[in-house]
Amino acid sequence: MSRGSIEGMPAGPSNEIQLSGLVKSFKGPDGPIRAVRGVDVKIAAGETVALLGPNGAGKSTTIDMLLGLLMPDEGSVSVFGRPPAQAVAEGAVGGMLQTGQLIRDLSVGELVTMMASLYPAPLDVEEALELSGISDISGQRTNKLSGGQTQRVRLAVALVSNPQLLVLDEPTVALDVEGRQAFWSTMRAFAGRGKTVVFATHYLEEADAYADRAVLMAHGTIVADGPTTEIRAMVGTRTIRATLPSVDVDELAALPGVSSGERRGEAVVLHCGDSDAAIRALLSVHPDARDIEIAAAGLEQAFLALTGDGPSDGQPRGGVSQPSAGGLGPEGASR
Amino acid sequence: MTLVYMRYELLRTLRNRRFFLLSLGFPLILFFVIAAPNRHVHDFDGSGISFPLYYMVGMASFGTMSAMLSCGARIAAERAVGWNRQLRITPLSPRAYFRVKVLTGYMMAIISLLALYAAGTLLGVSLDASEWLKMTGLILLGLVPFAALGIMLGHMLTPDSIGPAMGGGISLLALLGGVWFPLGHHGFLPELAQFIPSYWLHQASHVALGGHAWSTKGWIVMLAWTLLLSGLAARAYRQDTGRI
Repeated sequence: MSRGSIEGMPAGPSNEIQLSGLVKSFKGPDGPIRAVRGVDVKIAAGETVALLGPNGAGKSTTIDMLLGLLMPDEGSVSVFGRPPAQAVAEGAVGGMLQTGQLIRDLSVGELVTMMASLYPAPLDVEEALELSGISDISGQRTNKLSGGQTQRVRLAVALVSNPQLLVLDEPTVALDVEGRQAFWSTMRAFAGRGKTVVFATHYLEEADAYADRAVLMAHGTIVADGPTTEIRAMVGTRTIRATLPSVDVDELAALPGVSSGERRGEAVVLHCGDSDAAIRALLSVHPDARDIEIAAAGLEQAFLALTGDGPSDGQPRGGVSQPSAGGLGPEGASR
Repeated sequence: MTLVYMRYELLRTLRNRRFFLLSLGFPLILFFVIAAPNRHVHDFDGSGISFPLYYMVGMASFGTMSAMLSCGARIAAERAVGWNRQLRITPLSPRAYFRVKVLTGYMMAIISLLALYAAGTLLGVSLDASEWLKMTGLILLGLVPFAALGIMLGHMLTPDSIGPAMGGGISLLALLGGVWFPLGHHGFLPELAQFIPSYWLHQASHVALGGHAWSTKGWIVMLAWTLLLSGLAARAYRQDTGRI
């Protein structure tokens, strides 16, 4: 799979982030929980990479090891040729962790100034507030903010460090749809300065829309790694959904252009490599097919095909259930 | 680079009202209530020092202990909201973090100390300049084990439990140290007291008698507590952060 890299710069440890053979277990009530079971990723400087997977896939554990907050049981991490602790000490890393509120008894502006003072080459505090869209609440006390405002202040704290590597663990969880869009346009502007951005998410649309590349994780391992478009191409590009009560799905799966099919009640869902050929074939054999929808497969479907299982924890993974291309997304509807 | 950080940390602490109540307001009020009616007692319970001096240093011990242990409360609060993790991905080293916390504790302790000195002077405490300085020096030195205790508790307890734990702990330490009332001269309690750091904190008041306020035993006890609590604090930190 291809990997983006900055033109003219040879790939090498000094301009790459390398996670090699990472393994991490935690003590659990029923023996050790193997949170990460062998993760190998290389990220080139300047890339924006999404770490995508359901809750419990090992994303946060991987990110904690990337940031040096956790020591791996096995394997190693190199951030631009340095151990994470050194990269952090040099101010090369900024981050927004998954959980966290703000400390009290300071105004937003004071808090961001306080944090900026710890870094060798911080952004201007005004600029960080501006980028995060919170210039107007600079004077407000940190304990009197809404969830969304708190999240933006945390973003400002991450941005003001002006790091080479920005790491975001589920950054948009507390934001509404509008807030999410604002958040990602900020992030895009920041990545546009040549920064490396790694973010964890279980919102498939976010990985799809904002990352150059998606690393899909499940059960502590990487199940796919590549440009988001490539991942979609790996599992058939479109799905056809139609109401066809009494037809054998296996027969439909054998139609030209169809790679696999499944029945969902009255409806059938066909995963197609060539949906044009498939729809013609389907209508010639079954002209009675109704309620036909053709949609581009979202990453969620790619994800399901790659991991070969549904969400084990029963949590909805789609987040915002916007289909990735017009019409009703076939995925999500009947799980 | 930690100067700006330190400045805001101080500002935060000064804005915290709970601190002022516990380590400033409470000891000041107690001092006036207890010492004012007895301000003419010159030799309190055979200790050789006046009642106001005894209680001034007693309440100062209480206030400064609270100030130092409130480092722990702030650490616990920062851990609870995940701020310590945020700080651990900044260039601020753990050493610098603790330095800032301890210095903040000391600033607050000094405020508490000065307020009680002023109150003491109002009730007739009078010492030579050298005695004031020596006493202050001993108190500040005697707070070192409490700084370590604060850091340790801050990494072991939650913000909900640290309040009662600190309140109870400080009261017990004050009681065993003879801060509330003299422990007498015979029996188990005065023997035990000599192994308690708060006892020696309070003994700083004996500078008024000339000579050394801390005996060799006092220095050894304080050093032993400092080493023990620093070790335990380092362990609590390592366990909390999962660092090997």
